[in-house]
Amino acid sequence: MTVFIPTPLVSYTKNRRQVTANGGTLGEVLLDLDRQFPGIRFRMIDEQDGVRQHIRFFINGDAAMKLDAALMPRDELQIICAISGGAGACWGSSPTKQFVPA
Amino acid sequence: MQLLIGTRKGAFFLDSDKNRRKWTTRGPVLLGQIVNHIVQDPRQLNVFLMAARPGHLGPTLMRSTNSGKTWKESSKPPAFAKAEDGSGRVVKHVFWLTPGHASERGVWYAGTSPQGLFRTEDSGDTWQSVTGFNDHPLRPKWCNDGEEGPPDGATLHSILVDPRDARHMYIGMSSGGMFESTDQGASWAPLNKGCAADFLPDPNAEYGHDPHCVRYSPVNPDRLYMQNHCGVYRLDRPGRLWDRIGMKLPKKIGDIGFGIVVHPRDDQSAWVFPMDGTTVWPRTSPAGKPALYVTRNAGKSWQRQDKGFPTENAHWTVKRQAITGDSESPAGIYLGTTSGEVWASRNEGESWACIGRHLPHIYSVEVARKP
Repeated sequence: MTVFIPTPLVSYTKNRRQVTANGGTLGEVLLDLDRQFPGIRFRMIDEQDGVRQHIRFFINGDAAMKLDAALMPRDELQIICAISGGAGACWGSSPTKQFVPA
Repeated sequence: MQLLIGTRKGAFFLDSDKNRRKWTTRGPVLLGQIVNHIVQDPRQLNVFLMAARPGHLGPTLMRSTNSGKTWKESSKPPAFAKAEDGSGRVVKHVFWLTPGHASERGVWYAGTSPQGLFRTEDSGDTWQSVTGFNDHPLRPKWCNDGEEGPPDGATLHSILVDPRDARHMYIGMSSGGMFESTDQGASWAPLNKGCAADFLPDPNAEYGHDPHCVRYSPVNPDRLYMQNHCGVYRLDRPGRLWDRIGMKLPKKIGDIGFGIVVHPRDDQSAWVFPMDGTTVWPRTSPAGKPALYVTRNAGKSWQRQDKGFPTENAHWTVKRQAITGDSESPAGIYLGTTSGEVWASRNEGESWACIGRHLPHIYSVEVARKP
């Protein structure tokens, strides 16, 4: 499937913003990404398998925050690195749907 | 001579001529990343480790084997053990780096936030948890888990390895206190007697203190100097009672600060950079007049050193890793401010010159020798 890489992580993918990876779940896709681009998973997923604070995943534009979320080979996975700071938070968005933090 | 500068927005390097008079600034490396500490390996001078994290991604550790020309990420950065239910601790950042004993090439220790201790045996490529500390049943009590920590997070720092015995170690925690191990981290015991902890209800608490920075004398590792949240102390081992030598500092200056430097060849000499610890703890130079204070008699008396510093309206903050010394003769002392200036003294603090400015918020300053 196609995976879109956010700017802060393209140092792992040799500046490629779009890569391919395999897996039936979000967790499996991230492991495959880490196999191809060592170290990239730990920047997004902590040692307790929690999604780091500023990382968001979207499958075909829908937010997916659990590693067991299912993916199909033709799905698109977008990884968003949300930016926050100053007085409030400014979140990134998917190409199709705005993500509104709860 | 080279200074390794860790800042809130990347790493910088200041190179000097052989007289330590002229300095040039290089960098940044990892622009935009928070760099807590950069340290040279005294056993392999071309090896540097750097604790880094972007503000929005997980922490990591970078390694260089060519004196900082290029950097590569550790393949297994420090991380706590995974709990079955996912409720375990998470390393938020690596805060402190210490090379291991001279006899153990490749060994380093890392202190993290929240308080954790990690060890590598391959010069920082892969890190393992020091389970004797991280999994100690009393660790949650020692570290006051669950309570609000310092503004940048609770940290484990001041990892000291006895140069005479690789099995003898100290660690400091903010908060948690000072601890000692005589079996290379397999077991630990508190070492805080005599230290004040004005923020604890029990004035005689065994642990829970806040040592900001602890150093030993390179020529007498049994002599420890500590800048604590609540004062400046000295401890001569095998004694266990810290002596508050900061009480001899002028009352209007106080003995509050973050870092401490010990002379490379004289165990009687140490430097502190006092900051305002009154009212709501501004932690800036008292009255806006920066100065170091040096003792030449192990804390019996202190002398002010401010020649070359601004004389007014200079409200500096110098963090615990941002003041250090070299081993030259006379010894050089270096400090970096949170306002991005680097200052140097070539004469043991007698006079000072600004050798770098306009840098980001400085977290750490370490000396490196040319290979």
